[in-house]
Amino acid sequence: MAAANSSTSESIPVTPAAPGGRRAFSGDRVYAGALAAAGIAILLVALLIAATTANTARPALARAGLWGFITGRDWNPVEDIYGALPFIWGTLVTSVVAIVLAVPVAVAFAIFLVEFAPSRSRSLLRFVMELLASIPSVVYGLWGLFVLVPLLREHVEPALGRFSFLPLFRGAPLGVGTLAAGVLLAIMILPTIASVSVEVLRTVPSTLREGALALGATRWEAVRIAALPYGRAGIFGAALLGLGRALGETMAATMVIGNSPEISASLFAPGYSLPSIIANEFSEATSALHIGALAALGLILFVVALILNIAARLLVRAVVGKFERSSS
Amino acid sequence: MTTPGRRWRAFKNGFAITLCGVAVLVALAPLLSVLWLVVKNGAPALGLDFLTKLPAPVGESGGGVGNAILGTLAIVSLACAIGLPIGIGAGVFLAERGDGKFGGAVRFTAEVLSGVPSIVVGIVAYGLVVLPMKRFSALAGAVALALLMVPPLARSTEELVRLVPRALREGALALGVPAWKTSLFIVLRTARPGLITAALLAIGRAAGETAPLLFTALNNQYWNVRPDQPTASLTVQIFNYAISPYEEWRQKAWACALTLLLLIGFLSLGARFLARSPGEAR
Repeated sequence: MAAANSSTSESIPVTPAAPGGRRAFSGDRVYAGALAAAGIAILLVALLIAATTANTARPALARAGLWGFITGRDWNPVEDIYGALPFIWGTLVTSVVAIVLAVPVAVAFAIFLVEFAPSRSRSLLRFVMELLASIPSVVYGLWGLFVLVPLLREHVEPALGRFSFLPLFRGAPLGVGTLAAGVLLAIMILPTIASVSVEVLRTVPSTLREGALALGATRWEAVRIAALPYGRAGIFGAALLGLGRALGETMAATMVIGNSPEISASLFAPGYSLPSIIANEFSEATSALHIGALAALGLILFVVALILNIAARLLVRAVVGKFERSSS
Repeated sequence: MTTPGRRWRAFKNGFAITLCGVAVLVALAPLLSVLWLVVKNGAPALGLDFLTKLPAPVGESGGGVGNAILGTLAIVSLACAIGLPIGIGAGVFLAERGDGKFGGAVRFTAEVLSGVPSIVVGIVAYGLVVLPMKRFSALAGAVALALLMVPPLARSTEELVRLVPRALREGALALGVPAWKTSLFIVLRTARPGLITAALLAIGRAAGETAPLLFTALNNQYWNVRPDQPTASLTVQIFNYAISPYEEWRQKAWACALTLLLLIGFLSLGARFLARSPGEAR
């Protein structure tokens, strides 16, 4: 793929046409203008998202101040009191649970696909990954609500309850709660992390692997010594991309998290996440302050997702770019 | 020469490979469970009535989600009308003139924007369309979906256009074809099967979005094709039915989910079929 790229990637100098060919010249200019406009549109979309969200959020931020808003623990639309902390907490807890569960499985999946799987089953595994990614989140939410939640309530949470010396596993097994949301998010971000990890592992030069094998390493040792260290930054980037998706995932979390703005150390307790409260209250919010507070939550989400994605892309590029430079 | 650790290393090797295989099964389990249960719970309620009738109130049997299916199709079509030209145009721009600093900035922005939570894009569409028009509308939902569609589409278009052999382009230019015609009628035409695939996948993703529609297109109990009115969609309908306390509505949520998966499945099957069709593109 990279080889094909390198042969076509230098752009062809677009001849600004000889002074005589006026017709061709104007057609080229219109076309170039249209293309550039589409390119500018992308930058514009970014600005638009930032500006519109910030502008809608202004009334709420002006009232409480950014810091006051972030650290506020109460959310009471009736009395116009808005604090973001319970939602930030819920988002953090569910995302951490999701990452802890999803990263090992996703990376192992990617290693299996790239390093161990017989070449015929590779396309099947890819298909599984694509299928997992293509199921809409509301369908995952539906499944979570009627399959995962009862499963957690009846089997998993009572079993984990034995470890109740840890504050994580205290309280009644309700099923709905931060644990359910975390598990569901883990399933949903799995294909993201796995597919980026596959992309990263595939760029590991086969000479590295062969060198390790030639020195007598087992297949696993070749992965551990050669492939994983080479791709480490990229796999970390993949995990960050997954984290970014988990933070912003709305429907699935909304349907199983319990929707109650509490801050609890227990994973069994219901919680509330940033996207869920926006999804639940936005269409019914009428006062500018309420809408502003919800938009401010969205702004927090946007900024965090932006930072995570920028970091992740830079990390993945560091690995994949290294490959493309060395192969061209 | 048998070093003492040799068997241990062989064991570790087998163990690690097995663990990775187990990870595949762990990933497979929820996928199969979701697909199986959607089919099992959704199929009994699915029928012609379900696909063509209006939703029935609680307690009344029958009824369907015809308006939601139509609504999803309408919102997604409108989103395509806005998003496809911009996304594909930006992709061609990146492939043909995107090697400079400006191109790099556009490319990076597109990559990063692909990770922006869809609910945030919903807020943007609310601020851009709903607030000025003072009502929820299909148009607002379509704007949200278009904003979501553009960045990934631009990236996939770029890759597809870059795969077109340079010789084709040079051949056309050497024959005196203007650059814009070369790009439109030679390069894009060669990349067409791939582009259709990319577009279908983008459409499938858009059809599955819920969060940005909740407070843009909202919902509607009746048939509606006017873009300036609130409009029902399959995904929002699934959400509303699923969280309702009524058993029969929950049943309908599964049937809606099956309908949605079939819709998305047809799109991606079509995409696969086109991607493979007669040896063009790759």
